[in-house]
Amino acid sequence: MSQRIPVTELTGDFRQRAEDALGDDQLRTNFRTAMDSLMTKRADAFPDEEEREGLRELGNRIKARALSRLPDLLEQLETRLTENGVQVHWAETVEEANRLVHGIIERRQGSRVVKGKSMVSEEMEMNAYLAERGIESLESDMGEYIVQLDDEKPSHIIMPAIHKNRRQVSRLFHDHLGEPETDDVNELIRIGRRTLRRKFMDADVGVSGVNFAIAETGTLLLVENEGNGRMSTTAPPVHIAVTGIEKVVQNLRDVVPLLSLLTRSALGQPITTYVNLISGPRKPEELDGPEEVHLVLLDNGRTGAFADAQMRQTLNCIRCGACMNHCPVYTRVGGHTYGEVYPGPIGKIVTPHMVGLHKVPDHPSASSLCGACGEVCPVKIPIPELLQRLRQENVKNPDEAPKVKDGGAKYSRSERLVWGLWQQLNTRPLLYRLFLWGATRFRKLTPAKAGPWTDNHTAPVPARRSLHDLAKDHLARQGGR
Amino acid sequence: MSARSNILNKLRAGLAGATPRPDDFDERLVTEPWQYPPEERIARLQNLMEAVQTEVHSVRGEDWPETVAGLLARRNLNNLLYAPETGHGTQLGDYWRSTEQAIELLAYDRPVEDWKDTLFWSVDASITGTVGGIAATGSLVLWPDRHEPRLMSLLPPLHIALLRASQIEDNLYTMMQRHNWSSGLPTNALLISGPSKTADIEQVLAYGAHGPKELVVLVIEDE
Repeated sequence: MSQRIPVTELTGDFRQRAEDALGDDQLRTNFRTAMDSLMTKRADAFPDEEEREGLRELGNRIKARALSRLPDLLEQLETRLTENGVQVHWAETVEEANRLVHGIIERRQGSRVVKGKSMVSEEMEMNAYLAERGIESLESDMGEYIVQLDDEKPSHIIMPAIHKNRRQVSRLFHDHLGEPETDDVNELIRIGRRTLRRKFMDADVGVSGVNFAIAETGTLLLVENEGNGRMSTTAPPVHIAVTGIEKVVQNLRDVVPLLSLLTRSALGQPITTYVNLISGPRKPEELDGPEEVHLVLLDNGRTGAFADAQMRQTLNCIRCGACMNHCPVYTRVGGHTYGEVYPGPIGKIVTPHMVGLHKVPDHPSASSLCGACGEVCPVKIPIPELLQRLRQENVKNPDEAPKVKDGGAKYSRSERLVWGLWQQLNTRPLLYRLFLWGATRFRKLTPAKAGPWTDNHTAPVPARRSLHDLAKDHLARQGGR
Repeated sequence: MSARSNILNKLRAGLAGATPRPDDFDERLVTEPWQYPPEERIARLQNLMEAVQTEVHSVRGEDWPETVAGLLARRNLNNLLYAPETGHGTQLGDYWRSTEQAIELLAYDRPVEDWKDTLFWSVDASITGTVGGIAATGSLVLWPDRHEPRLMSLLPPLHIALLRASQIEDNLYTMMQRHNWSSGLPTNALLISGPSKTADIEQVLAYGAHGPKELVVLVIEDE
């Protein structure tokens, strides 16, 4: 794997991909089944509504408090981590972050990297960056490993390979690893275990993400079920953690409710198999653990979101995936349709700050605003409200200085004109009555074709008499007014 | 300008004129729903751990090395990784010698680099202590140290953990408070709640992903 891993080419735009996905029965079955099960599990994990709502409120306050002191907490985190022997690095862009990671690996003359699951490393496209420089960067989470073998990207932030079924995985293992085909999931996992254990042993560097970075103690907290996260952060001589600047919390006790919210919302588990708290590299007298631990703090547009008090709430996200599990759109089109690292409702609101709204112009409107995402969000991000805000930013005239990166991509003068007229009509009584008078009298002149609407519907025709007229008549009959 | 100062400056600009939110952490929300009478703690921990395929046995004070020998014999295992410098390690070693056990005891007494191959491929089982358990979530708390290193609870297919009944706390919050975690954490602190598992293929639960395939907890009833 010395040459660049080709990343799946996503063809067409969001609409085209959505249409393709909707026609893919296998894909839809895979997602429907998985999402239904995840929703049930979450519901079962929160049997007491009062307890759940109290915890969500607390989770929201903890994140809001952390964000209200973010620069100070980042400095405190850096100080504590440094005292603990961890080397802290800062990166404004993904290029910078990749350069930092590559630099650390190069200094150790490393060529083999194993990775625990990390969405930030997906943002960075770290695997491809390192592969171009002759470094094997291997995913070790079973789902991520499967996805990487097939040159794909994760389709769900918690369940990366949820779009594949066992036969597809079996074929993949057969083609790439020469393993006999099997329908037994346990056997497939055994193959993954065997293959990756060798990689853990030989790796020069382990890379991981971070679920919570605790400023008070200088601790990186990671959750996982498989043990690959512990392997990546314990077995190789160097551990590099990469994370977004929003992951910092003030106090150790703050992680108690957040942890409970995270694992119950994501998988319906009271807790993950492993909760891994890392506060430093191996001490001289210790017998295992990495000699070096690094933390790369990545901005990648987060400061842009932070600058806007409303959009700042996107930084509350603890990456549980509950919003996508409950999203009627995500369930039908799947994660790849979004074409970005973060799919689903949360992806729609965090992606614009990373790549610019002009790159994802259809995302804010690919929602029925049903509100499910906001209702289940463990830290109470008002996702539907933020989607509406993005819709506004999307149609702003570039001269109006849209507040979200590269907003205004959907600005249209004619649309603006139509809405301008509509506004005039509805705010001036005299004009409105004149319009009603005309619309009812000349109803026969309504065009039979009204754009895409009439592809599937009959054209709307105004009533013979307006409600206003009817009401006037009614009142006249009743009171003789 | 460095990335660090750029990021911090932008964040500070975003906060201009704002006051930091007060710390109004309400500890009742994370303690009150998760409180149990002492006699129920073991049962709850056991139920939750068994639900994720963990074997839980109650043993009397001095009997646990015998239970360990039985567990290994039943599984036909060849060796057991242990920490000779710990209290329970000494106890185990004494029992092994006095009863002339056939199963080989491997002492984790040298850096991982010196015997990585053995540790990764040839160890059948390990035994470690714990600093306590959590009833609310069915979790063990481990603070690996120089005597009982981190990989002991990760590499072998079978992990046996000793848990003193008196050290089971109601919930994570009380555990942190009781042992004053915020004043200093070890290099690596761990919560372990079952054998390693994955549901990444079709959401089918499979145990033994990358860590232990089996977890056995011996709850030591101490008077």
